[in-house]
Amino acid sequence: MEYSILILITPLLIFLLLGLLGGKLKPVIAGRIGTFGLLCVALLSYVIAYQYFFVEGTVNGKWIEKIPLNFEWLRFTDTLHIDLGILLDPISVMMLVVISTVSLMVHIYSLGYMHGEGGFQRYYAFLSLFTFSMLGLVVATNIFQMYIFWELVGVSSYLLIGFYYTKPSAVAASKKAFIVTRFADLGFLIGILVLSFYTRTFDFGLLTADSASLVVTSMQGASFMGLSVATWALALIFMGGAGKSAMFPLHIWLPDAMEGPTPVSALIHAATMVVAGVYLVARLFTVYFFAAPDVLTMIGYIGAFTALFAAIIAITQTDIKRVLAFSTISQIAYMMVALGVSGYEGHDGLGYMSSMFHLFTHAFFKALLFLGAGSVIHAVHSNEMSDMGGLRKYLPITHLTFLIACLAIAGIYPLSGFFSKDEILSAAFHHDKILYWTLWVVAGLTAFYMFRLYYSIFWGKEKVHHGEHKPHESPLIMTVPLLILALLSCVTGFIPFSKFVSSDNLGFDMHIDMTIALSSIAVAVVGIGVATALYMRGGDLPQKIAQRLGGLYRATFHKFYMDEVWQFITKSVIFKCICAPIAWFDRHVIDATMNGLATVTQKTSASIKGLQSGQVQFYTWIFLIGALVIGILALCV
Amino acid sequence: MNFLSLFVLIPMLMIVALFLSKEMKQIRAVMVIGASALLVLAAVLIVLFLQERAISSDEMLFMATTVWYEPLNITYAVGVDGVSVVMLALSAIIVFTGVFSSWNMTLAKEFFLWYCLLSIGVFGFFISIDLFTMFLFYEVALIPMYLLIGLWGTGRKEYSAMKLTLMLMGGSAFLLIGILGIYFGAGHTTMNIVELARLHIPMEMQRWVFPATFLGFGVLGALFPFHTWSPDGHASAPTAVSMLHAGVLMKLGGYGCFRVAMYLMPEATQELGWIFLILTGISVVYGAFSAVVQTDLKYINAYSSVSHCGLVLFALLMMSRASMTGAVMQMLSHGLMTALFFALIGLIYGRTHTRDIREMGGLMKIMPFASVCYVIAGLASLGLPGLSGFVAEMTIFVGAFQHADVFHRVLTIVACSSIVITAVYILRTVGKILFGGVQDKHHIGLPDATWFEKVSVVALIIFIAFMGIYPFGISEIISDGLAPVFARLAI
Repeated sequence: MEYSILILITPLLIFLLLGLLGGKLKPVIAGRIGTFGLLCVALLSYVIAYQYFFVEGTVNGKWIEKIPLNFEWLRFTDTLHIDLGILLDPISVMMLVVISTVSLMVHIYSLGYMHGEGGFQRYYAFLSLFTFSMLGLVVATNIFQMYIFWELVGVSSYLLIGFYYTKPSAVAASKKAFIVTRFADLGFLIGILVLSFYTRTFDFGLLTADSASLVVTSMQGASFMGLSVATWALALIFMGGAGKSAMFPLHIWLPDAMEGPTPVSALIHAATMVVAGVYLVARLFTVYFFAAPDVLTMIGYIGAFTALFAAIIAITQTDIKRVLAFSTISQIAYMMVALGVSGYEGHDGLGYMSSMFHLFTHAFFKALLFLGAGSVIHAVHSNEMSDMGGLRKYLPITHLTFLIACLAIAGIYPLSGFFSKDEILSAAFHHDKILYWTLWVVAGLTAFYMFRLYYSIFWGKEKVHHGEHKPHESPLIMTVPLLILALLSCVTGFIPFSKFVSSDNLGFDMHIDMTIALSSIAVAVVGIGVATALYMRGGDLPQKIAQRLGGLYRATFHKFYMDEVWQFITKSVIFKCICAPIAWFDRHVIDATMNGLATVTQKTSASIKGLQSGQVQFYTWIFLIGALVIGILALCV
Repeated sequence: MNFLSLFVLIPMLMIVALFLSKEMKQIRAVMVIGASALLVLAAVLIVLFLQERAISSDEMLFMATTVWYEPLNITYAVGVDGVSVVMLALSAIIVFTGVFSSWNMTLAKEFFLWYCLLSIGVFGFFISIDLFTMFLFYEVALIPMYLLIGLWGTGRKEYSAMKLTLMLMGGSAFLLIGILGIYFGAGHTTMNIVELARLHIPMEMQRWVFPATFLGFGVLGALFPFHTWSPDGHASAPTAVSMLHAGVLMKLGGYGCFRVAMYLMPEATQELGWIFLILTGISVVYGAFSAVVQTDLKYINAYSSVSHCGLVLFALLMMSRASMTGAVMQMLSHGLMTALFFALIGLIYGRTHTRDIREMGGLMKIMPFASVCYVIAGLASLGLPGLSGFVAEMTIFVGAFQHADVFHRVLTIVACSSIVITAVYILRTVGKILFGGVQDKHHIGLPDATWFEKVSVVALIIFIAFMGIYPFGISEIISDGLAPVFARLAI
């Protein structure tokens, strides 16, 4: 399967082509080149997936790791070197399919959505760069390769969030996204350093082999500040994942990242990049499970808290993209919880499987939601719910596909979200009741805020549309991707996912736990019902409730003031209390000392230069006095 | 004559040719031809070096010695190893691009005369393996700096030129003491570094000679707290001088630190290295934090240089082979990056007549080419994989973290944190000056980069990308060159 290298080379070449020659190409041509390239990538990844899952992926019923390519890129020491290569195993092949499919849909959709925007070529160049980096990330054979692509993904995200670079809010958002994730990546890097210091390798294969025995034995007994180094290393690596996947309290960048073009939000900030953290933990799951189970527990609780926290905020937001952003945070946290509660081997590894399953299904319906939101924004030229209402007549296809996505994310049978969410809930149920009930509540909240969003956009009173034209359905180039994604959201739940992806790569049978399934559907239906009652007709009941809640509502609306906390830390603490004093100290203490030395030298020489006056009389006087003094001294002795 | 001497001879010939040329065209022709010849020479050197290295196990290749002053054993001795080859290549690149960045200099003839003299000093330093000759070239490189800044500079140029020269001269006073200490400590028979390395300097001697030497070179390498010449000096210097100074001259410090101080006095390095290690650790973080609040583009870059050059010395003192390789890679990477930054800052300043980031904005719309290059420089500086900064920094961090001692590993983590602060000041600058709306109406309609500026900038970007994508070749040459140094340190 050596041809799999093409899957990386194609988008890279397109990036270079569009990046270097983009200005000379017509925008439409650049878009077509980019889209065609992505089509090739997508087809290739389907071929790889077919080859892997149905032809050569198993040996004696076990999914194997295939490494069609691996070469040494940079050698540090005898044992430590960065390799670049391609690793194919169930989760990486699954990710290839997800990324290339969503990316292709976004490429096609953008041909319509971004039509007429300045910098079209640049847009497609960055999209290709992102796709390249994200694909490189998932096929990484070692943790350092992953880190390399991890950084590249971060930069592509930075470039795309700041795509409208003349808009100050977009510039600020891109900066914030990069710096927050950079901070998290520092943890990731230190984690890699610690891990590699003990294990002497970066290689995923060696790290996870034999129930991570290498990590367990090499790190045995070593501790730092009361915690074992394995815990430190893996918690720090998780910090990197938490940054990318927007776990509390590092989630603050994601809502702002919505400043980017909407198709970008669909691709990067909903379906692919933000799940990199989940993928990272899944990739090292064996190590987490055997070397640092305490970190897994922590991941579970952080995930559950984030899921609840983000879901509550999502209820009060009025910008449709921000509602979706908080919903993304909440859903990714779901996947994290699933990893946190997972066991190992067979059916015990249900959490692991369901986490990947949810990642898979979520990618499609969340991309669909974002692209649908983009279609709505395209029609009404606003992100605010207050400018929408009654759009179902004008945007029939968008309306239908959006409804499918809402039902999917709410977890209604037989749409895909139901299956994956149900598995997560049952994994949590058998592991930790607190986590289970938290997720159960979140499931209800999710259904509620998604349908609040749905009704506010498509139902209720029609708003007076300023300007002459009525909102109209988006062109085919935008609605076809919506339909494809809607179809995928309907059917992907029926894939026997556990046959393909499992913690020990052996595969197992999953079944739906009826009690849990019924209770999760029940809570979702309650959520939808409440939303219907409150928002289907419009009316001012929601405002009244918000007023009654008072401070609680305001705190939620302001995202529990996390942005203000971040502002305070960066502006007041880091800038004013660390950087400014250091710069002052440099100028007024260190530099002043150096200048002082110069001044003292100057002063001293000025005050003694009179001695070298050149007057012979003066010299004679000195000579005589000197002689006299010596003479007297000599006499005295 | 040894072919390494060509590195010194070509700039000399350029000086002669400059004397003879009258028109601007001739001056430019001389400079372009000379600088290209140096670039080609550096390329030839790399090829020859790789061929020779494959068959020879000598520590230094292409050695040649001419006795200069018998009674003090002063010789003109040249020779190169992997590290000096890399540094020579870097110098040739920067000298070449610097010529294009000072295309429209006033008093061009005089400017380029001093510029060539400066290059003689730099090239001579990297080919020398005799302590005295090395010191001589070192001084040759410093003096023209004073005039170049004092005459062609901007702002408080006299003050800055004086400050820079005095502080560096102060450093070389320590250095001279150090060199004499080494010479007499090793039994005053030779000044040749290769031979000195076979002799032993008594420990009680090393205890004070090592700090003097390290400090002497360290001042040039912007060692905390002797770095304050750097912001003022860079801010006042003309573009090409900033490029050459931050790009190459500051590397003389790092190069000298390991070639002379650490290589010749390994025992003292083991014993006293930790003092300097702490100072360099401070440099790394302190420089980065200081850069965050600066408002002048050149000050930002100067403080960022303090941080990045601090990392060079830091990595050297970690004394593992990987970290030392990383240190030399960082010298190369920082040299290219910072030269690119200064070239672009010069370009922007030449048009907007301000370097204050609060007075600029939205340049991306006005000069797209220059702005895109600035973003690339910024991304290289904050360590984007695929560009040079990443490979250098990662080699350093991984190498340094392999240290057996917990204190060293904790210090490495502290140094690592600079990657976040770097991102802060780079993105702050980029966001302020390039993105957003146009701040000053007068900036609208300013021209983008001219062809000669493009040559300079594109050449640097190509090398930065080359190093970022193809680091293994470079890292191998360097690591191979470091083997003898490392062997002595690892006692």
